[in-house]
Amino acid sequence: MTRFAALMVSALRDLAPIIVVIAFFQIVVLRQPFPDLLGVIVGLLCVIGGLTLFIQGLQSGLFPLGEGIAQSFGQKGSAAAVLVFAFCLGFGTTVAEPALIAVAAEAADVAAEAGAIIDDDQARDSYAFQLRMVVAVSVGVALLVGVLRILKGWPIHRLIIGGYLMVATMTFFAPAEIVGVAYDSGGVTTSTVTVPLVTALGVGLATTIRGRNPMVDGFGLIAFASLTPMVGVLGYGMVA
Amino acid sequence: MSDFPRAFADAMLSTVLDVAPIVVILVLFQVAVLRRKPANLRQIATGSILVLLGLTLFLIGLENALFPIGNTMARQLTASATIGAESLSDGVHWQDYLPIYAFAAAIGFATTVAEPSLVAVALKAREVSGGAVHAWGLRIAVAIGVAVGVTLGCFRIVTGTPLPWYIIAAYVVVILQTFRSSKTIVPLAYDSGGVTTSTVTVPVVAALGLGLAASIPGRNPLIDGFGLIAFASVFPIMTVLGYAIVASWWGRMKTGGREEAKP
Repeated sequence: MTRFAALMVSALRDLAPIIVVIAFFQIVVLRQPFPDLLGVIVGLLCVIGGLTLFIQGLQSGLFPLGEGIAQSFGQKGSAAAVLVFAFCLGFGTTVAEPALIAVAAEAADVAAEAGAIIDDDQARDSYAFQLRMVVAVSVGVALLVGVLRILKGWPIHRLIIGGYLMVATMTFFAPAEIVGVAYDSGGVTTSTVTVPLVTALGVGLATTIRGRNPMVDGFGLIAFASLTPMVGVLGYGMVA
Repeated sequence: MSDFPRAFADAMLSTVLDVAPIVVILVLFQVAVLRRKPANLRQIATGSILVLLGLTLFLIGLENALFPIGNTMARQLTASATIGAESLSDGVHWQDYLPIYAFAAAIGFATTVAEPSLVAVALKAREVSGGAVHAWGLRIAVAIGVAVGVTLGCFRIVTGTPLPWYIIAAYVVVILQTFRSSKTIVPLAYDSGGVTTSTVTVPVVAALGLGLAASIPGRNPLIDGFGLIAFASVFPIMTVLGYAIVASWWGRMKTGGREEAKP
């Protein structure tokens, strides 16, 4: 129980900056009273309790889960199986991501306004759907390449810098209205459940495979997952 | 909050739907490929349920308490700034938006500190590095990066300058820093770019961008409203690499520069 209390205190500390910022701007800058103060306090209590439970569950559930899977794959010794798993995990967690669905719909509106597609519901829906698929496949490929890199021990900076160069080059050839969407798509793909799981998977793999350092080789999967969607969406913009 | 049970059920449902594909993939591979039950299944199951419950509560709290205020605030701040801008019919002056930059920096910093996925990565990094990476140091470094990124992103929306200039320039800085940094920190730094933009930061920052683009004359929210997330993902890489350089410099200062002798 003391452990739970300690987690609760650290959750409160995590949220203190938001509370201070919002209170400061509301009272000092905008000079307005809080609307529905009781509701805000109840909401904050929910946030603190939720964060406490999440961190507790992270350490007893998600981290061991990711590490356990990495170990099982390591013992099985089949590179193909873990690569297929990585692709499925990336694709599966991204394709239904609510943030991505929202961004894809907005991107379809942008494209329709810019005259890139016909301005009717059907064209927009199919554009948004294709965009979602492009991003989901990109994230699948990202985790596949990221896991392959852990298996092979490739240095991450070459791959990431290569990706940056691709993004920079494609920016000049892609239609201007897709660039903002493409750049943002990298950030929206990594959800709160996926991040701990994928991090534990990477670190677990790097720990299991001999000759890999978990610090040097274990991290980096998230970095790939936020880079490849940019390349995918820019490419889609050039083709569509 | 009288309809709390309903709100709870709704949020729970959306979290479960969010997690469902992950569970399906995990079970499928566990049964079909690995053909082995995890040793600590009961503990993992309990932990996963805690994660679901925790995330649900967290989202309800955010949606009831923080997001409405954050959105109203972004709207009011951008609207009050517009009054000043409209009196100058010859154009938009970036100096007129100082309160917005201050808000952008503060809210970028604060939402990042509370981001659960960043907590997860920071905990893991501390564990893996054997304490060499401080969980708080890392999180503060990332939060400063997001604050700088979002502020610059707002400046870009106000001035209407092209997004690629900023992002590509940021890439150049990151590449230069990469070659100056120790290779143990580089993967973690790259990861922290993608981690920052999750549950808490994205909705607030997106509302700020759209509000700003809608209120400034000559900006189109559909086109200029995008890009803040990209800023928030690149700048933390810079600050984390910078943090590592400062931390190792600090460490050398403490040991009296003995490691400095190495070429």
